Amino acid sequence: MSGTSLVTARERALAVLGGEPDDATLRRYLHGIAGVDAVGLEQRAAGLGTRSIKTSSKKWALDRIISLVDLTTLEGADTPGKVRSLVAKAMNPDPADATTPRVAAVCVYGDMVPYAVDALGSVHGDPDDGLISVAAVATAFPSGRSSLEIKLADTAEAVANGADEIDMVIDRGAFLAGRYGLVFDQIAAVKEACRRPDGTSASLKVILETGELVTYDNVRRASWLSILAGGDFIKTSTGKVQPAATLPVTLLMLEVVRDWHLMTGQRIGVKPAGGIRASKDAIKYLVTVAETVGEEWLQPHLFRFGASSLLNDVLLQRQKMASGHYSGADYVTID
Amino acid sequence: MSFLEYAPAPESRAILSLRDSYGLFIDGEFVDGRGTPFQSISPASEEKIATIANANAADVDDAVAAARRAHDRVWSRMSGRDRGKYLFRIARLIQERARELAVAESLDNGKPIKESRDVDVPLVAAWFFYYAGWADKLDYAGLGASPKALGVAAQVIPWNFPLLMLAWKIAPALAAGNTVVLKPAETTPLTALIFAEIVQQADLPPGVVNIITGAGDTGAALVGHGDVDKVAFTGSTAVGRAIAKQVAGTHKKVTLELGGKAANIVFDDAPIDQAIEGIVNGIFFNQGHVCCAGSRLLVQESIHDEVVERLKTRLSTLRLGDPLDKNTDIGAINSREQLDRIRELSDAGVAEGADRWSAPCEIPENGFWYAPTIFTNVQTSNRIAREEIFGPVLSVLTFRTPQEAIAKANNTPYGLSAGIWTDKGSRILAVADQLRAGVVWANTFNRFDPSSPFGGYKESGYGREGGRHGLGAYLAPASVTRAGRPAPRAVEAASAASAAAADEKPARRTRRTTKPAKKGAAK
Repeated sequence: MSGTSLVTARERALAVLGGEPDDATLRRYLHGIAGVDAVGLEQRAAGLGTRSIKTSSKKWALDRIISLVDLTTLEGADTPGKVRSLVAKAMNPDPADATTPRVAAVCVYGDMVPYAVDALGSVHGDPDDGLISVAAVATAFPSGRSSLEIKLADTAEAVANGADEIDMVIDRGAFLAGRYGLVFDQIAAVKEACRRPDGTSASLKVILETGELVTYDNVRRASWLSILAGGDFIKTSTGKVQPAATLPVTLLMLEVVRDWHLMTGQRIGVKPAGGIRASKDAIKYLVTVAETVGEEWLQPHLFRFGASSLLNDVLLQRQKMASGHYSGADYVTID
Repeated sequence: MSFLEYAPAPESRAILSLRDSYGLFIDGEFVDGRGTPFQSISPASEEKIATIANANAADVDDAVAAARRAHDRVWSRMSGRDRGKYLFRIARLIQERARELAVAESLDNGKPIKESRDVDVPLVAAWFFYYAGWADKLDYAGLGASPKALGVAAQVIPWNFPLLMLAWKIAPALAAGNTVVLKPAETTPLTALIFAEIVQQADLPPGVVNIITGAGDTGAALVGHGDVDKVAFTGSTAVGRAIAKQVAGTHKKVTLELGGKAANIVFDDAPIDQAIEGIVNGIFFNQGHVCCAGSRLLVQESIHDEVVERLKTRLSTLRLGDPLDKNTDIGAINSREQLDRIRELSDAGVAEGADRWSAPCEIPENGFWYAPTIFTNVQTSNRIAREEIFGPVLSVLTFRTPQEAIAKANNTPYGLSAGIWTDKGSRILAVADQLRAGVVWANTFNRFDPSSPFGGYKESGYGREGGRHGLGAYLAPASVTRAGRPAPRAVEAASAASAAAADEKPARRTRRTTKPAKKGAAK
């Protein structure tokens, strides 16, 4: 996969902003975007959550959820063995049912990328081809509190080791301090670090960590900022801060993506991550995507779930739809 | 397969156990009506639901007499606390039977099940809970100590929110110590009749609530009945005007909640995505069959094109169809008559030069349907900008300054509701202050709460429903009652006793004059 080239991203940003992406210009632009009414946003999200997805629609939704999952392990205790186990699960989620689709990607810390690539072997590749990508968190994940040099080195190393996707964190401190130019420059620099020697580039997911941005207005501005700076995906959370992904926050980010597409024709991905554990909740996200940006967004290059325990719940639901009765936690595998 | 073509998700009708025919609910029993019975049909399929009794003048007499007896002998003598227990019990029964009521409402009215389930029925329960709490606190209703009930209330309600309008009428009336005779609209009597079963289930003393069905003549006979003390009507301005004339010069107190042509004002700094939702909710909620619907969109000229574009995109995602499908957003128009009126006014809009756009959606073969429609290029002098359409039709007008927005919003014979969309708090307050509308919503629309008074200016009626104000419409200050209004009494035998009882302060009364709320009340 290849992300947008940096040159076009920067040119586009300059055209949209009408000037250099410094603090003042960005502030003028981001604060000129219509505000968000929290009550109305949450009401709309709740309304979308009441859609009743049954029978054939539910069956389709469950399979689609699996193919949109970034199966994740981000623990201090991660080992090569744990990563191999995760990869095995990613390749064959339900050993009892060969029709189960594969997940889109595995998501690991940067130093675990070689083990993931190795374990995937020939299955490593583009999810559009039925293969599995490797995503690595980078840039001093989850806090992002280190120098730019270290963040860039972190990113470059993961890409060099074979990561297809980089999940970076923005500098929330800089954002909250109003230093939009700094946040922009860092995203742009990380984007540059995603380049491979052959000219292709790893896809860049920009984590806003919405739980630390707190207000919906901040989330909307950070979404625009990340897209302007060249992010291929905007992602809600690291999973290390509560609240992580929520339906209203995801809806809001999808609205930004929709507006950006209307304005530029470019399609940006959205990844809610953290806290989505039940199939029922994941289906609400599918509905929200389909009714906000359109059904075409329900594909691995435009929408992902960052999750670990979600997969097993979807598998249980899937088994239930096939057999007509619920099984139990021991009928799906732990990874 | 397209995911957005969600598989059918119909709510089951199995929970309903409808009878083939329903009588009148008078004095705690279902009795036959003496008029010619009529059919209630489902507007979504035109299938027959049940045969409904028709009350003639003699039936109205019976119902009012039953209400009078119940008022004088039982309800007015009962302590507020005990009345409250009955109301709490009714509220809980409504919650218990919520699904059944929602299915019945959607079947009979045509509104989507998601609205009857998530809006109508929860609000109905909330209304009874709220006024149940007031029943023993009437001293604090703002009319001084020991206010008195008015007596027998005649209540006539419309078809757009059949059960909710029943709750708006019955809950405050009963809390204040009145007894009621209620007539639901002839196209939507079903949930009122199920409510009658709930009244029986709650063991409410006979005659406190009477429900009679019929058409306009039944309503006229009820409103004009000499032994009625209070008239409460929700419906069209034309009928409201006739009622006002009919009761003029009598002792009857009146509240009227009539039509509207609400302005939904969107400023250029509005939270745009939420404003779009608010516009949709304002006019397409309940197929636009809402007296306070935001049927006139006043949008600042600078963002007009963007708003209309976004609105069209959004409307294209609305699902029109089977009201009982849980994913339906737009249900059926309540009757052929109403559909004809919507079509007539809509065609008039085109004839007057406005541009009509309808959301692309498949219209079912049977039943009454109208696709969500927007008119742009509408002038203030057009009929579609003046007259209440009472359907899923939005007229878009523009303004340049806040002053112009206020002037255009107020330039209507109605004055029921209005909406303001802006990120600027001070502008909300300044504009709301100058709008001549009973309800003004800021950055939201069509939100209801039992503690909030609702009612209109000008041709939108008078009096308020909901909150403390709504309670006041069913009470008189103690001194006024003592001075003695010339109340005609149907039940002479009870009058001496009841007059003595009426002078007794309910707050001081300790002796119970009727059986108290019994087992099950504290469930």
